Amino acid sequence: MKLKVLSASAKEKIESEFPKYPDKRSVTLPALRIAQEELGYVSEPAMIDIAELLDLTPVQVYEVATFYSQYNLKPVGKYLIQVCKTLSCALVGSESIVDHLETTLGIAVGETTKDGFFTLMLVECLAACGSGPMMQINNRYYEQLTSVRVGRILEDLKTKGRSDLATGPFMLPMIH
Amino acid sequence: MPKYELILLKNMSNPKYTGSLEDYRATGGYKSFEKVLKEISPAGVIDIVKKSGLRGRGGAGFPTGLKWSFIPKDPPGPRYLCCNADESEPGTFKDRQLIERDPHQMLEGIGIACHAIGSHHAYIYIRGEFDRGAEIIQKALDEAYAAKLFGKNIFGTGFDLEVVLHRGAGAYICGEETALLESIEGKRGKPRTKPPFPAIHGLYQEPTVVNNVETLANLPYIIKNGPEWYAAIGTPKSTGTRIFSVSGHVKRPGNYEVPMGIPLREMIYDIAGGMRGDRPLKAVIPGGASAPFLKPEHLDTPMDFEAIKEVGSMLGSGGVTVMDDSVCVVWAAMNLMSFFHHESCGKCTPCREGSAWILQILRRIEGGLGRPSDIDQLIMLCGRIEGKTVCAFGEAEVGPILSTIKHFRDEYERHIREKHCPLRPNAKLVMAH
Repeated sequence: MKLKVLSASAKEKIESEFPKYPDKRSVTLPALRIAQEELGYVSEPAMIDIAELLDLTPVQVYEVATFYSQYNLKPVGKYLIQVCKTLSCALVGSESIVDHLETTLGIAVGETTKDGFFTLMLVECLAACGSGPMMQINNRYYEQLTSVRVGRILEDLKTKGRSDLATGPFMLPMIH
Repeated sequence: MPKYELILLKNMSNPKYTGSLEDYRATGGYKSFEKVLKEISPAGVIDIVKKSGLRGRGGAGFPTGLKWSFIPKDPPGPRYLCCNADESEPGTFKDRQLIERDPHQMLEGIGIACHAIGSHHAYIYIRGEFDRGAEIIQKALDEAYAAKLFGKNIFGTGFDLEVVLHRGAGAYICGEETALLESIEGKRGKPRTKPPFPAIHGLYQEPTVVNNVETLANLPYIIKNGPEWYAAIGTPKSTGTRIFSVSGHVKRPGNYEVPMGIPLREMIYDIAGGMRGDRPLKAVIPGGASAPFLKPEHLDTPMDFEAIKEVGSMLGSGGVTVMDDSVCVVWAAMNLMSFFHHESCGKCTPCREGSAWILQILRRIEGGLGRPSDIDQLIMLCGRIEGKTVCAFGEAEVGPILSTIKHFRDEYERHIREKHCPLRPNAKLVMAH
């Protein structure tokens, strides 16, 4: 089959999920994640490719892609900053961390920096309530944030592509 | 130094414990799985778990042994076990710790549960945002398969078990058991009407049991030490220990494993170190965002399912969120309703439209544009949602609204009368997010 945008490697990864389920439709969520890892977001051509691979109609993939919050429907920056806005984090200062990020990055929530590095979003509870305020950037959590730590993390990501301030494996209170 | 004997958090409380298969086996891990496969029938395991009094630790507190017993005796097709690792209830972060620090404890629990219900296929549904957790579980699964603890002919008993890790993609509602099943099936997480219940028509319409991470993690110890040992901990109707996640305005937020039934006062003022800055307690949510707010007058309530229900709240997920006198409860209710509105799956009109409407009213009140009719309007709207939805999300989302109006009505009235938030006078009218 001729795919519109997905690579042969993505096709292979998606097909390697098939044996795990009795029904190919179950691979919809993993497939969208694989497509997003390759393309940075889930475009409609990618959804059509997935439908082709899974013997589904395009709308069956579209409705899943638009339902779950982790699928980006348009391109995002290299680092997607997702700050938790839910109650426990709000009680310990998430609002001022968001303000600090907006000021430091020069963008509002929902926007991407001009250099394409950072996109800033607000998300709901990430199950880090005792170690807030916190944020998720791509596949790592950053907890117990202060404006100083936030500055360090952004600097680390821009210069080294990773930060030692990423947290986990999680335990609270910490045992020393 | 923990005050109470730990069960689930015991291994990880040793700083040298890495959570590897080797470390887990060194503490006696997987011996219970071996024991049930070799010596105890599935019906026998169900009986043991019934006797232990173990109740679900995800939020609903349904008796685990009873849930297992609903699986039909000889269904023609496969049976499934789903481990609910979708932890998304605000204020709750216990499963994350169990997953990241002691994954094999949960995996052994999955093995025992599968034997009990005759399942040879288990899915671990982990929320999409838990990247590190997914990496850790996959590594643990690889270790378990390599050691032939999962796969074919386990311990030479002829029992086969395939365990698959399935990652979610960001949807609180997928923690609801039928929405979780829809999601594994590759669809939107829209809950199903019950009956039929998953035990009869679950995953791919086959008999299925969905159990929470913490519930499953208890199983190796119940098998090892016996149901009487477990039932002797806690209270007669809420047996065993419970991991409470404490957050908010306390000095030592964190996960604390305690016997069921200790007073809320002890949890806040002793175990979690007391109020931040020693400020007075204003309100506390005992069991996650869906649990109604409680006040200082409720501090002597034992933390078990019955006692918390009796004072008008629920033990739920055990997410204890503590608020001091700096907190505006209207703002807190608005924050939670914003959460519920975002997470509404959209299937039921009362929840989808009601949550939007309630949120709009709360934003107006908090932003200084409240009207005298608003409070009764909120109560009316909650009544239009409660009991009128396919799933319990409806009941959940009205909890914070009705309880804050009940316990703090004067605060709502003051917002409306004075046309501002008394505690957050600079609060702007926020219609976004």
